[in-house]
Amino acid sequence: MYQRYTWRTGILEVVMIAVAVLFFVPAYVLINLSFRESNDAAGPLELPTTFTLQNYADAWVQGNLGNALVNSTVVSVVSVVVLVLLSALAAYPLARVGRRWSKVAYFGFLIGLLLPFQLALIPLYTTMRDLGLLGTVWSLVLFYIGLQMPFSIFLYTGFLRALPIEYEEAAAIDGAGSFGTFWRVVFPLLRPITGTVVILNVIVVWNDFLTPLLYLSGSGQQTVPVTLYSFVGQYVSQWNLVFAGLVISIAPILLVYFVLQRTVIQGFASGLKG
Amino acid sequence: MTTLPAAVPAELEERSPASPESARRRTGRRGGLHRGTSKLWVFIIPAAVFYLFIVLWPSIQGAGLAFTDWDGISPTRAFVGIDNFIQLVNDPKAAGAIGRTLLIAFTITIVQNAVGLLLALGVNSRIKSRNLLRVLLFAPAIITPVATAYLWQNLFSPNGAINALLEGVGLGALTQNWLGDGDVAIWAICLVVIWQFAGYSMVIFLANMQGISTEVIEASYVDGAGPFRRFWSIIRPELAPSITINLMLSIIGGLKLFDQVWVMTGGGPGGSTETMSTLLYKNAFQFGDFSYGIAIALVLTVLVAILSSGQYFVLSRQNKD
Repeated sequence: MYQRYTWRTGILEVVMIAVAVLFFVPAYVLINLSFRESNDAAGPLELPTTFTLQNYADAWVQGNLGNALVNSTVVSVVSVVVLVLLSALAAYPLARVGRRWSKVAYFGFLIGLLLPFQLALIPLYTTMRDLGLLGTVWSLVLFYIGLQMPFSIFLYTGFLRALPIEYEEAAAIDGAGSFGTFWRVVFPLLRPITGTVVILNVIVVWNDFLTPLLYLSGSGQQTVPVTLYSFVGQYVSQWNLVFAGLVISIAPILLVYFVLQRTVIQGFASGLKG
Repeated sequence: MTTLPAAVPAELEERSPASPESARRRTGRRGGLHRGTSKLWVFIIPAAVFYLFIVLWPSIQGAGLAFTDWDGISPTRAFVGIDNFIQLVNDPKAAGAIGRTLLIAFTITIVQNAVGLLLALGVNSRIKSRNLLRVLLFAPAIITPVATAYLWQNLFSPNGAINALLEGVGLGALTQNWLGDGDVAIWAICLVVIWQFAGYSMVIFLANMQGISTEVIEASYVDGAGPFRRFWSIIRPELAPSITINLMLSIIGGLKLFDQVWVMTGGGPGGSTETMSTLLYKNAFQFGDFSYGIAIALVLTVLVAILSSGQYFVLSRQNKD
C-alpha cells in the first residue's frame, strides 16, 4: 500500500513538477535575456527575436571575470583544505578524550557558532591592515579558516563520537603513535563527513560578499561576488550584458554541483546523523 | 608506549554492561593510556590558534570598541560608556532596523521551513521525478546571493518578468514597482531569500525523513491513520533534530541578512528595508563611525545568542516530551 504508485501519487507528481517549473522561471529569464541584443523588444518571458553570443564575450572582457574566478578558486581551495585538516585533527581529541579540558575546549569552539561575524569583522579589518594583508586574498583565507572552524569541528566531532573506537584500539595495539593513528586510521574513516565539510564550506566561502567587499576594496584581487557587484554597478542599465555576466560567474559552481550532486545531498544526510 | 585515546566517550561507556570484567577493563584503560591522552591536546592547537585570533579575540575587541568613540582611523579613542547604546535607542533608524530585522528573520524562518518541509514530503514520496526534483530544488542555494539578488532585482522591475507573468495570467491589477514601494520591498526581499534557501531546508528535512523506519509508517496505514494524523503523530516527532537545525540556521541567517538587501535596495526606498547589517555597514564604513557601527553589531550578537539559545532550549525540551 505504502509502496504503490496510486492516482494520488500521480497528482502529487504533477503538483511537484509544477512547483519546480515555477521555481525555475527566474533561471529561464536569466538565460533568455543573456542571449538577446539590448534593443530586443520581446518581453522578459518571450523568446528572443534576436540571438547573440556577444553579451558573453563582452561580459567576460569588461567584467574581468576570469581574474575573479581564479581568485575565488584560490581562496576556496586553500581555506577549505586547511579547514579540513585542522578541524579533523582538533575534533579527534575533542571526541575521544573525556577529560575536562576537552569539554571546555569543545564548548569554547561552539561559542563561535553563535558569534555573528559582523562583530569580529571590523576589529579584524584593522589587524589585517596592520599586517599588510588588506587587499590580498590571503586576508580572506585567514578569515574563513577561523570563521568556519567552529562549524567544521562541530560536524567532525559529532561524526567521530558515533564512530566505533575499535579501529583506533587496533592501531594502538599495532604500535601506531597518536598522529599515525589519526592520519592513517581516523582521517580515512572520516571520509563521508569530510565530503560534507568540504561542500558546506565551499558554498560559504565562494558566495561570501561582505568580507571581500571590505577587505579587498580597491584592490586588483577580487572574488566573484565583489567583481559582479562592481560590474553590474557599471553596466546597470544593460541587463543583457549583466545577465551574461551572471551566467558566467555562477556556471562553474553550478557545474561542480551537478557533477557532485549525489555526494552533496548524501553528504547532508551523513552530516545530520553525526 | 600506548598512545590511544584513553577515555571511552561517555555514551559508549553507559552502554557497556556493568559487569566486574568491564569495570576492570575501564580502570585499566584509563590508567594505561594516561600519558597518551595528555599529549593529544596538542592536536587542538592549530585550530585553536586560528579560532582565537580570527574569531574570539576580534569579537572581544569588537565588544570593547562598542563602548568607545573610535572613528576607525585616529590613533586615539576614548571610553564613552554606554553612549553608543543611548544613541542607538534614540535613533529611529536603528530602532526601525532592529524591528525590521526581527520581522524578516521570523518571516523567513517560518515560511522557508514550511515550504522546505512541504517540498521534502513531496520528494520523499513515490513520485518518479523525485531524484531530479531534489537536485533542482537545492540548486538555488549553491548560487552566490549577490547573483540571485541581481536576477530578482530585474524580475521585480516594473517591466520585469513578475509583472509580465501577472499580466499573462490575468492578474494585471497586482502589478507594481515591487522594490520601489517601501511597504512591498521588504516582503519582496523575504521572497527572494525563501526562494533561494527553501531547497536547503528541504534537503535537511529529507535527510532526517530517510532515517525514519518505514515499518512505523506502514503500521500507521494499518491502523487507519489519515495523512495529517500520520504526519503529526508519527513523522513530526521523528523530525525533531532537523526542525531544530533548520530553525536555528534560518533565524541566524535572517538576523544577519545583508547581501540581498544591499544589492536589491541598498536599504531603501527611504530606509524601509534597512537591516541591522546594512545599517552597521553604513555607519562603520560610509559615515566613519566605527564604534557606533560596532555597537549595532553587539546588539545583533546578543539577539542571535538569545534567540538561538532560547529556541534550542524550547525545542530540546519538546523533543524529550
